[in-house]
Amino acid sequence: MGAEVFDPIREQLGGDALEAAVAHGILVLRIDRDRVLETVRTLKEGYGFDLFLDVTAVDWPEREPRFDVVWHFYSTRDFVRLCVKTRVPLADPVVDTLTGLYGSAHYMERECHDMYGIVFRGNDDLRPILLYEGFEGHPLRKDYPKQLEQPLVPYREPKP
Amino acid sequence: MTEAARPAPSGAFEYLTTKKDEFVGWARKFSLFPYPFVTACCAMEFMSVSATLYDTDRFGAALPRFTPRQSDLLMVVGTVTHKQAPVLRKVYEQMCEPKWVIAFGVCATSGGFYQNYAALPGIDKIIPVDLYIPGCPPRPEMVIDGIMQLQDRIARDRHPIVNDRF
Repeated sequence: MGAEVFDPIREQLGGDALEAAVAHGILVLRIDRDRVLETVRTLKEGYGFDLFLDVTAVDWPEREPRFDVVWHFYSTRDFVRLCVKTRVPLADPVVDTLTGLYGSAHYMERECHDMYGIVFRGNDDLRPILLYEGFEGHPLRKDYPKQLEQPLVPYREPKP
Repeated sequence: MTEAARPAPSGAFEYLTTKKDEFVGWARKFSLFPYPFVTACCAMEFMSVSATLYDTDRFGAALPRFTPRQSDLLMVVGTVTHKQAPVLRKVYEQMCEPKWVIAFGVCATSGGFYQNYAALPGIDKIIPVDLYIPGCPPRPEMVIDGIMQLQDRIARDRHPIVNDRF
């Protein structure tokens, strides 16, 4: 499924990609983080991937570089999905923002920043969106203690 | 009136107080005005309880007020997050006395299966709770049983109106 759409993409971008494989009907491109913006622009303008579905991250605590940042796109012309991945280290978890290409990236990048602490260079509004001001740490990182709470209202004393 | 005006023997005063409490309790237990603080999937069950088939109207708890200032029964229906906790606290503080709180569903009761950075582990951590209805979600029969138990409690309670003694 989708081979007629994916083949030209692999032909043009396959040389730069570190990996390019079709998994579950989705073309997965793993690329260097400096090439993300350029690649996504090519995909949007040349191949009709006009809908930005999501950006999230994957934490691999044992691995260096530690994080995968994952973007998903959809083509409303060809009805296929495409996934772009890149790796960033803990010391410098920075990738380029896609807000210049997709307006919806504003909210999704804020969420990814909340949960994983990924910094999107060029997005100057990375305030908490699901978390609250004053929350310390990034709860979906594997080293965030599972039951650590940061209550906003002080707890009542239990009844004697 | 004349009995209350002159210093009455204590037995008579207690008789009057008891009858007054019984009367006020009877009135209050059939005029619960709930404020639904509805945050999650238990809302579906809350609708079922309120609607025709189970019908909390029969217990006088029919008319949800959408401002806490007009209500006397806070029904916390669903998961409350840490981010939402200040809102719940404020809603509770805006309600006038007398007021009662029902924790509807296991999330409001204890946090349920949420034990993580986001969820408040039971609303009794921040406000006092009179009645817990566990279940995920609770059956309407459980909710009705809960409301009836709360009514029994209101009927048995003291209801000071003028001061601590009366």
